Amino acid sequence: MAEQEWRRPDRGLLVVRRAQCLLLLALPGLLLSGGALLAGAVEALAALLVTVALTGIALVSAERRWCAWGYAERDDDLLVRRGVLVRRLSVVPYGRLQYVDVTAGPLDRRLGIARVTLHTAAAASDASIPGLPAAEATRLRDRLAALGEARAAGV
Amino acid sequence: MSPAPDDWHRLHPLTPLLRGGRVLLLLAALVGQQGLRQGDGLRPAFVGLGSLAVTALAVGVGYVVWRTTRYRLTATELQVESGLLKRRSRRVPLARLQSVDVVRPIIARIAGLAELRLEVVGGGSSEAPLAYLADEDAQRLRRAMLASGREEEVVARADDAVLVQVPTGALVASALLGPPLVIALLLLPCLVAVALVAPAAAVPFGAALLPAYAGVFAVAGRRVLAEYGFSVAETPDGLRLRHGLLDTRTQTIPPGRVQAVRLLEPLLWRPWGWVRVEVDVAGYAGRGEEQSATSALLPVAPRQLAEALVGRVLGGGLPVAAAPVPERARWRAPLSRRRLRAGLDDRHLVTTSGVLTTTTDVVPLAKVQSLRLTAGPWQQRLGLTTLHVDTAGRRLPGAKAHHRDAAEAAALLDELSRRTRAARRLGTVPATRP
Repeated sequence: MAEQEWRRPDRGLLVVRRAQCLLLLALPGLLLSGGALLAGAVEALAALLVTVALTGIALVSAERRWCAWGYAERDDDLLVRRGVLVRRLSVVPYGRLQYVDVTAGPLDRRLGIARVTLHTAAAASDASIPGLPAAEATRLRDRLAALGEARAAGV
Repeated sequence: MSPAPDDWHRLHPLTPLLRGGRVLLLLAALVGQQGLRQGDGLRPAFVGLGSLAVTALAVGVGYVVWRTTRYRLTATELQVESGLLKRRSRRVPLARLQSVDVVRPIIARIAGLAELRLEVVGGGSSEAPLAYLADEDAQRLRRAMLASGREEEVVARADDAVLVQVPTGALVASALLGPPLVIALLLLPCLVAVALVAPAAAVPFGAALLPAYAGVFAVAGRRVLAEYGFSVAETPDGLRLRHGLLDTRTQTIPPGRVQAVRLLEPLLWRPWGWVRVEVDVAGYAGRGEEQSATSALLPVAPRQLAEALVGRVLGGGLPVAAAPVPERARWRAPLSRRRLRAGLDDRHLVTTSGVLTTTTDVVPLAKVQSLRLTAGPWQQRLGLTTLHVDTAGRRLPGAKAHHRDAAEAAALLDELSRRTRAARRLGTVPATRP
């Protein structure tokens, strides 16, 4: 499958992911290191090093995961690929779409990005594209809805 | 003939009593259990009066429900209205019916009543179960609902061609040739060892094991009760399954509703060449005890017969799952590598897997919802990819072709997306009618 053109999520998604790393990992780690000062300077330094190392790993893997995201609109179906450790590729035919969701968290909205989720009658088909610019998300949603209607097939 | 289509009907007048009876049975079981555990907890008279009061309340509530519930069948839908404070009106479009079940719990059977359950896509539970109806009303309603999808009038009703009848001996044997036998074989040496080391401890040890073993036995027993007298018949309305000893159930699956089929061949059944066939329809939600009762298309049968039946249900012969996985897959799946196979033709995908139980999954391409490829870290290292085929069924959510060569899996994905598209186009035309 080389012929189709893969499109990538917005850079805003990477910003969100990095912010999540810092907020959930670096901040508690730093607080913990500060607390460790009470026990001694060596302990505090060790905690700080661990925090820095973990945050670094998380930031790198967030970037790699962001790079792995991609989607391609073909004539009859939508392809979504993602994942580094576990690589996934989903193929969802337009005719099978039951409904399409567009969601955006507070941080997403500030950065003007949204997530488009495709739902079919099967619970296992998990095609979801995060980090689309708001206009692109709306365009994709409307296009999917129109195509889904045109090619609808009974369950 | 049947009454005018726009008539509202009530459920059977015995319904409140039956519901009350069920509550009484439940209470009796509860009280019995508590009594066994505590010996003398509460005074019997007090418990008896309390139970009676609760039962009377249940009958009263049942009466109100019965008074406020009504249904009617129109040409295109079933309408059910219920509720006293909060009116609920439900319309079930008949064209969307995935299956129709007539269930007769033992207590309803005694009274000559039955419950009608309809399954439609997306229902969390059975849509608008009608409990209880007189037996003949349930039959008539089912016939009318299934017939409304068809243009022509069905002439003869007695020509239900019974395809398979499962012998009771085989059913009992197949139930025993599972956990009951395995656990007995595991426990027996323990018991013997204890008897040899400390003869005095053997009797209490055995007595302690007995309840655990009885539990295992009860599971097998329940299966036999639910699948007793299993018969599969082909009718103009679709496939009809009948089974059950105490609670009987008649399932009707209209043509072209099957989402996936699975053939199971446990290790212990292999000497006899038996397989179990399970089937999934879009509507069935995976609900505890009913799950095992409704998923079997054939509880036990010789492989040849089972494959013939599956071919009949899905319409046409099945491809042979012949393509093996690469040799290097043994590093990822050392025990099941030889059994991992896949086969594809224009209408079906067949995959096999399993270590102790050989599992064969069949998915009609017209029912495929989405396709996926996944490769975990180990698989990526070995250049392997797993192909998933998703269907709308809840219990058999599609098929997986495990550990295919990465390039082959990509090619298979391309091929499948082409063939499922073609199958879908054909599928939008109503399924073949007899």
